[in-house]
Amino acid sequence: MTALLSILVLVFISVAIWQMVKIFDLTQGNANGDESQIAHDGDNKINGYLMLGFLIFIYVITIICFVKFGDLPLMSNSASEHGPGIDNLMIISMVIIFLVQTVTQFLLHYFAFKYRGEKGKKALFFADNNKLEAIWTIIPVIVLAGLIIQGLFTWTEIMNVSEEDDTLVVELYAQQFNWKARYAGADNTLGKANVRLIDIDRANILGVDESDPNAQDDIITTELHLPVGRPVLFKMRSQDVLHSAYMPHFRAQMNCVPGMITQFGFTPTVTTEDMRVTPEMIDKVQNINRIRVEKSKALIEKGEDALERYEFDYLLLCNKICGKSHYNMQMKIIVETQEEYDAWLKTQKAFKDSLNK
Amino acid sequence: MSAHAADTHAHDDHGHHHKETFITKYIFSQDHKMIAKQYLITGTIMGVIGVMMSLMMRMQIAWPEEPNAIFQALLGKWAPDGVMDADIYLALVTIHGTIMVFFVLTAGLSGTFSNLLIPLQIGARDMASGFLNMISYWLFFISSVIMVLSFFVEAGPAAAGWTIYPPLSALPLAQGGSGAGMTMWLASMAIFIASSLLGSLNYVVTVINLRTKGMSMTRLPLTIWAFFVTAVIGIISFPVLLSAALLLLMDRSFGTSFFLSDIFIQGEVLHYQGGSPVLFEHLFWFLGHPEVYIVLLPALGITSEIIATNSRKPIFGYRAMVASILAIAFLSTIVWGHHMFISGMNPFLGSVFTFTTLLIAIPSAVKAFNYITTLWKGNLQMNPAMLFSIGLVSTFITGGLTGIILGDSALDINVHDTYFVVAHFHLVMGISALYGMFAGIYHWFPKMFGRMLNKNLGYVHFWVTAICAYGVFFPMHFIGMAGLPRRYYTNSNFPLFDDLADVNVVITIFALVGGAFQIVFLYNFFNSIFFGKKAIQNPWKSNTLEWTTPVEHIHGNWPGEIPHVHRWAYDYSKPGHDEDYVSQIIPLKEGEEELQH
Repeated sequence: MTALLSILVLVFISVAIWQMVKIFDLTQGNANGDESQIAHDGDNKINGYLMLGFLIFIYVITIICFVKFGDLPLMSNSASEHGPGIDNLMIISMVIIFLVQTVTQFLLHYFAFKYRGEKGKKALFFADNNKLEAIWTIIPVIVLAGLIIQGLFTWTEIMNVSEEDDTLVVELYAQQFNWKARYAGADNTLGKANVRLIDIDRANILGVDESDPNAQDDIITTELHLPVGRPVLFKMRSQDVLHSAYMPHFRAQMNCVPGMITQFGFTPTVTTEDMRVTPEMIDKVQNINRIRVEKSKALIEKGEDALERYEFDYLLLCNKICGKSHYNMQMKIIVETQEEYDAWLKTQKAFKDSLNK
Repeated sequence: MSAHAADTHAHDDHGHHHKETFITKYIFSQDHKMIAKQYLITGTIMGVIGVMMSLMMRMQIAWPEEPNAIFQALLGKWAPDGVMDADIYLALVTIHGTIMVFFVLTAGLSGTFSNLLIPLQIGARDMASGFLNMISYWLFFISSVIMVLSFFVEAGPAAAGWTIYPPLSALPLAQGGSGAGMTMWLASMAIFIASSLLGSLNYVVTVINLRTKGMSMTRLPLTIWAFFVTAVIGIISFPVLLSAALLLLMDRSFGTSFFLSDIFIQGEVLHYQGGSPVLFEHLFWFLGHPEVYIVLLPALGITSEIIATNSRKPIFGYRAMVASILAIAFLSTIVWGHHMFISGMNPFLGSVFTFTTLLIAIPSAVKAFNYITTLWKGNLQMNPAMLFSIGLVSTFITGGLTGIILGDSALDINVHDTYFVVAHFHLVMGISALYGMFAGIYHWFPKMFGRMLNKNLGYVHFWVTAICAYGVFFPMHFIGMAGLPRRYYTNSNFPLFDDLADVNVVITIFALVGGAFQIVFLYNFFNSIFFGKKAIQNPWKSNTLEWTTPVEHIHGNWPGEIPHVHRWAYDYSKPGHDEDYVSQIIPLKEGEEELQH
């Protein structure tokens, strides 16, 4: 069946090519100039108009993309304190890009149309103009200076994590192909750890130093819970290859590198519950569930199970190629109130109690 | 001085009277024109392989887990019952990237056009060393063969991404592809780098020493400037990749710890201690970023020449164009860190690299505006080469603009390694450089094969390719902004991205149509080599020296003495001349002034 379809597609494409060549052939008025395989006035004209058409195509595809997917992008709905800073910069950059793109593509394609060649016409001998060169050197310099300055301020603010007293320190631990989180416990200090101390038999899977007093109350979990409004500082480790902890809703990402500890800090501002009831999220989730219901119908016909209903959750994704199951290396993030967080933490086992004796 | 060198060289080498055997003429040829053709054809074959891989990836993304007869036919054991294996998906990602960046757009593009055009456009009998040039091609050929053969290794080809970051690429325990497949990848690249260095040295020496009388540096066509600067960047940066590859090889095979430390994998602790994968990233991107310009600059050089010729106008701002090539080349060597904003390096370095990276936008903007001004009030001859050149300017702008987002460290945090990046670099360097290559082929085909390509097939090829390229890569920006990571075998484990499935299908359809229409080009190319219309000496009425050579190739390029050059390459539509072009070999008329360029 697939083979037949492929053959059919190929046949159609060949017919299409043949027809298009025919069209180009027919549009060429004088048959004698045609032999040379060099463009003549007829070619210039039709390709000039096609250039205009192409300009319209670019504009149309831009409009479709913005209308259809403009609200998908992560330019709104950020859930961290530094998020709006990034989003504003993104919007400013996007507006600049949009303007420059619209104008330069217009000039390019319009000139290609307007000045299409005609026999006997002579081009303007115009080789240099310092004033023009200066204009289009200085304008980008000014625009970029603005972008660079705002970019650097935003970046420095995000990356300079100061460890204040109430900062929650959490270790993110990556391995092929899952994530673990380690909370510091009551002392808010993570115990020392190294992969050389891993002892699978005793269930010491992160290589935490059992003799370190700070380590005793550490808590290792497979879900990431964060109290809303409290700065959190992630200390990241990897035991095998590079991974990248990508938390798109929080505008956060940092690589996990074997042999070193990397860090990234942010303050979550919207709880999972609150995010679920924002109008944009309700729309998005409804849309996704509609798609899933459609897909389930097809699955059931094939005798497979239907897809589960989707409910929004923040996610941590692996975003650095790390091997076979890279595409499924994720961890749920739950942002909740301090009370809910405390209650959840109480249900988790401390490190010293989690070991096999 | 340079002219003298060229003449003495000519006496030894100017032997179109000796008899050549099939082997010395077509296989172990030392003639730059034949070597250019060898590069082009090898590059085209690699291009077909690379594009087919990308189409398979696109089909997998659009219709994951669905059995596909094409997968079964082409991937064999890697697609049991026609369902693609996750390992082979990553291998396709890796080898597609490697082949397209190095084998098609570096060797295929620079190798073809630097070889063909440097001697012809500067007025030289051949490259400075024909022998090294031959070795360079054959090393490239061997490395291509090794790269393709790596697909037949038991555990599969390299699958750590074209950036081959360790530890993934260093440890066979981490993935199957990091065994023998990775060894072959490294061997192939080491040979490739040797080939590239021999080629680049040859280009640099030839441009500096063998220019004909009157061909001062400021009279060089922009093609030659671009090839020259490209070769210089290659010489500076490729050895660094070679060193990275050798160190990685040592880590893999001899137990050193340059890039590895503290690793626990598959139940055992490895002995490595003290190395850092971040060091590898620095070494890799010290080549990796200039590589983008090694790919792009020749394409920009080619289009400068083609746009001027077909606009029947001088290229606007020759000096600014040269200056921007030099500025881009310089900046390209100090921006590599923008690939590593979130690698764990010191955030202060991120600030520095943001600054240098965004500076590149300035010379790039100058180039784009100069192209547009060259079109203004021209008399545009819409040959297929011209269409591809205009197409290049269009994708260069669209793809380049999003660079100001990715180059900005604060914004990169959230779009790093998403489809936004894929869209950006495919447009700005992939498609642009490919258009440059197509433009070059359509323009210089008569010079290479003495025959013309069919222009109507060329028009069909361009318009379908142009529409499909935008259809594929424009929506991809939006998928990336929605947070979808690249290099995922399937997105079905993330219901969050279910609403992107439709777009992915649309993109794949554009890709399949665009890919299929390359058959038009291949047919036109191979058919015209044998059956195309015979070319005249100067079909595009161009000023540069290559069009003063006879249509039939002869060893030594010019039958008599090498012509002398009296003016720059861009005297198109110059007032005071009857024709709208004035070849570089025509002396200035009395009282005529050469432009102070």
